[in-house]
Formats: sequence, C-alpha cells, structure tokens
Amino acid sequence: MTVTEDYIDASGGDWDDVIEKAQATSAERLVVNMGPQHPSTHGVLRLILTLDGETCTEARVAIGYLHTGIEKNMEFRTWTQGTTFVTRMDYLTPLFNETVYCLAVEKLLGVEDRIPDRANVIRVMMMELNRMASHFVAMATFGMELGATTVMTNGFREREMILDIFELVTGLRMNHAYIRPGGVAQDLPPGAVGKVRELLEEMPKRIGTMRKLLDENPVYLARTQDVAYLNLPGCMALGVTGPLLRASGLAYDLRKAKPYCGYQDYEFDVPVSDGGDVYARYRVRIAEMEESLKIIEQCLDKLAPGPVMIEDAKIGWPAKLALGPDGMGNSPDHIAHIMSSSMEALIHHFKLVTEGFRVPAGQVYTAVESAKGELGCYAVSDGGTRPYRVHFRDPSFTHLQSVAAMCEGGTVADVIAAVASIDPVMGGVDR
Amino acid sequence: MSTDNERERDEEAARLPDRLGRERLAAPIKRTGMFGTTTTGDTSGFGRLQVRGSAPVSSQRPFTDPDDPRTADFDRVADDLEAALGDAAGAVERVEVARGEITFHVRREALPDVARILRGDPALRYELCLGVIGVHFPEQEGRELHAVYPFRSITHNSEIRVATTCPDTDRHIPSIVSVYPTNDWHEREVWDFFGIVFDGHPALTRIQMPDDWHGHPQRKDYPLGGIPVEYRGATVPPPDQRRSYT
Repeated sequence: MTVTEDYIDASGGDWDDVIEKAQATSAERLVVNMGPQHPSTHGVLRLILTLDGETCTEARVAIGYLHTGIEKNMEFRTWTQGTTFVTRMDYLTPLFNETVYCLAVEKLLGVEDRIPDRANVIRVMMMELNRMASHFVAMATFGMELGATTVMTNGFREREMILDIFELVTGLRMNHAYIRPGGVAQDLPPGAVGKVRELLEEMPKRIGTMRKLLDENPVYLARTQDVAYLNLPGCMALGVTGPLLRASGLAYDLRKAKPYCGYQDYEFDVPVSDGGDVYARYRVRIAEMEESLKIIEQCLDKLAPGPVMIEDAKIGWPAKLALGPDGMGNSPDHIAHIMSSSMEALIHHFKLVTEGFRVPAGQVYTAVESAKGELGCYAVSDGGTRPYRVHFRDPSFTHLQSVAAMCEGGTVADVIAAVASIDPVMGGVDR
Repeated sequence: MSTDNERERDEEAARLPDRLGRERLAAPIKRTGMFGTTTTGDTSGFGRLQVRGSAPVSSQRPFTDPDDPRTADFDRVADDLEAALGDAAGAVERVEVARGEITFHVRREALPDVARILRGDPALRYELCLGVIGVHFPEQEGRELHAVYPFRSITHNSEIRVATTCPDTDRHIPSIVSVYPTNDWHEREVWDFFGIVFDGHPALTRIQMPDDWHGHPQRKDYPLGGIPVEYRGATVPPPDQRRSYT
C-alpha cells in the first residue's frame, strides 16, 4: 500500500490500514484492484480502478492470469489433435473455436468444397445452439452480478437444455473436439433430431420468460440504459465486432458478409440496435437467440442423409465412435475390423492417428461470427504434419480494450455492468 | 499486335522452368536424409536427400483469377494501393496470392504509411485491423521475425493481409497503434511472445506473461518445457521430445 499527496494505492494490505492512512492524508483518489479473484470479473480478469468517491476516473485492465500456451502447444501436436486444444480456449463457445480452426486447416488443404453437406449442416446447427448457450450465460452472469439471481438460475436452466443436446451428440457438455478437419467426428446419434425439435418447441417460451423478466424491468433498465456507452466510431477504432458492434447501429455479421459453412443458404435477420449501451447489447443478444432458433429449424429441414467426414482416406479420421451402454466410445465393429480382419486398415489407422496428415505449406486467415464477435484463426503450415504457427484472434481479447472507453467517468457499479456487457471469457482472452 | 503478345508469352513460358528451378534452389533446406533420424545413421540410402521448404511466393499480375470469385477485387485493391502510395510504391516488396487470399509484403519503414492509406483512402477503407500476428522463421536469415496484419473493409466487404519482417538482430517494427488503436494489445502480445519492439507504441509491456519473465515464449528457439510422466511403469516424454514425423 502506498499513500501519496495525490492518491492512495490500496493494492494489498488491510482495509483498516487504508482507512487510517486515508484520514491522515489529503489525497482524494483511491486506486483499487478489482480481481483477479472477484466473482463479477468473469474469471481471472484484473481491473485497476482509480476512484474519486463513487466515480471511476481511470480503468485499466490486466490480463494473462489464465494464459495456458495453447498456441505454442499446438505446434507440437498433429493438425487433428489441435481441435482438442482450441475447444478449451473460449470455453463457452467451444464449437466456434473448433469450426474456425477446422476451416483454416481445410483451406490450407484446399478441400473446402469437398466437405460433405451433412457435415456443414451439423456444424451450423451446433454453432447456433452454442450461440444460444453462450448468450444465456452472458445474461445469466450479468443478472447475478446485478443481484438478480432469478435471471441467473433461469439462464443456466435454459442453457442446460442445450448442453444436454451437446452431451448426446458429442459425448461431452463442453470441450467437445467434435468438429474435426474434414467434417465432424461422428454423425448425429439416434434421438438427437428429436431432442433438437423438443428444444425448438420449448425454447421460444423460455426466451419469452427471459424477455418478460428483463425487457421492461425498471430496475434492469435503470442499471443498463445509457450505461457503458460506446458509439460506432469508437467500435471501429477499437476493433469491436459482434453483438457490441450491432448494438451500436451497424448490422455487420460475417455470416452475411463472408458466408462460411453454407450460411448463405439460410434465411435469418441480423438484429441491430443503435442504443450503444448495455441495454442495447442485451436486446441484440436476445434477438439473436430468436434468429438462431430460425436457423436451427432450417438445419433440421436440410439434414439429408449422407457422410459427415470428407471422403478422402488420407485426411478423414479412420475410427468411428459408437454409442455404448456407458456413453460414447470406440466402435466395436471398427476395432474388430482393424484388429482381426484387415492388416491394411490397421496400418492406415495407425499412420493417420499417430502421424497425422501433411498439410501443404502456406498461410491462411479464416474467420467466423462467434457468439462474441469475429473469431479469427491465422494458420501457417510448413508442409508438415504439425502446425507451424496458429494464432487466434479472440473477440473478447480485442473487446476488453474498450473497458477504459466505456467505464471512465462512470460509477463503480457501472464498471460491473460494462464488463458484463462485453461478455469476456478469460480462457479465450489469454489462450 | 497479337503476335507480339504471343511471342512475349512464349518467351515467358520458355523461361518458366529456369525461373522455377532457381526459385526452388533458393528455398531453404528443411531437412536432409529420410525419416528425420538424427541419433543413428541413416541406412535407408536416402542420406544425401535434401528436402527444401517452400520458396517465397511472388505472384505476378493479374491477381484476379476469373475462375475464383474470392479473388475478384484483388487487382482493384492492388491498383488503388499503388496509386495511393505514389512514389513510395516500392514499399511493397512482393504480392502473394494463394488460396483466395492476398498478402502485401511491405518494407517495415513503410508500414505506418500503408496502414494510414488503407484506413483513410476512400477507395480502400479498411476500417478494421484484426490485430497483428507474429511468426518466427529462424532459417530465413535477415527476415526471421514476421508481423502479419489482417485487414477487413466493411464498406467494400474485402479482406487483405499486410506482412512485414525484421531481422532478429534488429527487432524493430513501427507501431500502427496511432492509426488503428485496436492494435494496442495485439502489439503488446507480439512483443511478449516474439520480442518484436513496436516503435511508437504508447506502453509496450508484457501482456500475457508475468512482467519479470525472461525470454519470448512463442519463438522457435524457446523450448516448450514439460516433464516426463510415468504411468503404470511406462514413461511418456514431454511433447517436444516425443517422436516426430516431420
């Protein structure tokens, strides 16, 4: 703790000491650490706030508390193994991470046009489900931070419906590694389509409940309207994309502007609001969930039988998974085939699974519209079986830079609302 | 007139194998021998094999391939950029068109000017800079460290990339934070992980690693680290010491 004529730096130390020293000095400003271990900083985000009474005069953001070296680690694994790493970056949008990475690998391989239609439809469906799950968490945690626990429990309950589908389809609630270079790990299991239809039945009511809770709620409006304002030029300068940009009045969405995975064949609107404040961001997110439902419905209509992995034995994963009594696991048929009937199949399996496939040298940048904004993947190959360099442009990383622009001059309570409206996930920010 | 063009094209075609051969030989040697063995002698008979990496791609005009819609606006962008640069057009060392993406390799001194033109020129208008990405190529002598900037234009719905390099002995690249404020953290990240100093950055400090960290972890000469793990009597070496197939 340092005390000067100008400010009291309260980082570390005891509050009693701070109060005592504060009474002895004429300093008006207090520098406090919020986080990295604070329930309303969405993980290990550290905010360094300079306070003048209730007003936040300066806000600085410190990150890096969850850096796991995913990009470096991927350079020591095969291209396929990379999906298991990227899915753990932004752990609330795992399927977007996997998709953008697989799109990059496929572009390097030059096989974008050979991805089976069914795989693309499944990818779109899973991504849209994921978008809803992520937005529910964004609203739920926001509610919790404002003290509205009903919003929190409702949000997590709705998300659970989506996670149940993920568990059925991929075997896991998060960290799926489901989308793989060349397609998806496996086809939808029996019952999955029925479960998605159930969700389509139920979800509009649940979203309606959420809207009833928040849309016109005077307390919620008071905490969110005209708070953490960021206008369009501000968004452009700071590289802000996604719901934040659309809440500032620009209907820019990569699904429309640069369609991937066949998004050009779906009919949906891009919700937009020109409020530029926390409330506008909420309105955009909840409207996006309703659009996601439309897309998922179209996915089910498009879901024609067919392969879900590229028909190229040099790239497509050889092993098949099967649903057993204890969950998803190795397919007994495949094991029997490689272990007792085909030596060549065993060699092929072994080569592709341990060594992996070679990717022609070059560099690509791919981007998808994740729930949080433009998620980009820049990949460099040197022609080997491992990535030479992979970098992810995580939207949360870029968006956190706007905290200072949103918070300075506002009150401490609004800092919470501002950070929550950015919806950062530190796993993605720090990678 | 057409016969002249044809003759030119024929001459160009006749020179092509020669040019490609020289480019191939200029490419760095990636490995020698077969199977990448280093510990024991190579008994395969391929001991003198030299496998070369890819030569730097330098595309020639036209950049727009009529069969590839992704390249539709590349010629327009290249013309506009050249016109806007004027006398400084030499700043663009080469242009690389591959996989429906275009990369302008510019000299590092010219980077801020190029960025200013990309953002400000009404014909270009790249409103979004999507950060900067560091890549380390230890074998490219004199241009070991690369900084790659993807740009996106919302007005023209166009995407391009600008790349620049600096030698490992003089790790300086001008900052473009004054043009694109969004690059603040991105440049700090590249400094942190690759050790490139972005001259003119308002506060170039580490961002992911602790402030007192030594070294720049994503460089190729920085080890991955890790310890061997024992499981049921067998020992699994750390990932960077496992058998590699490349």
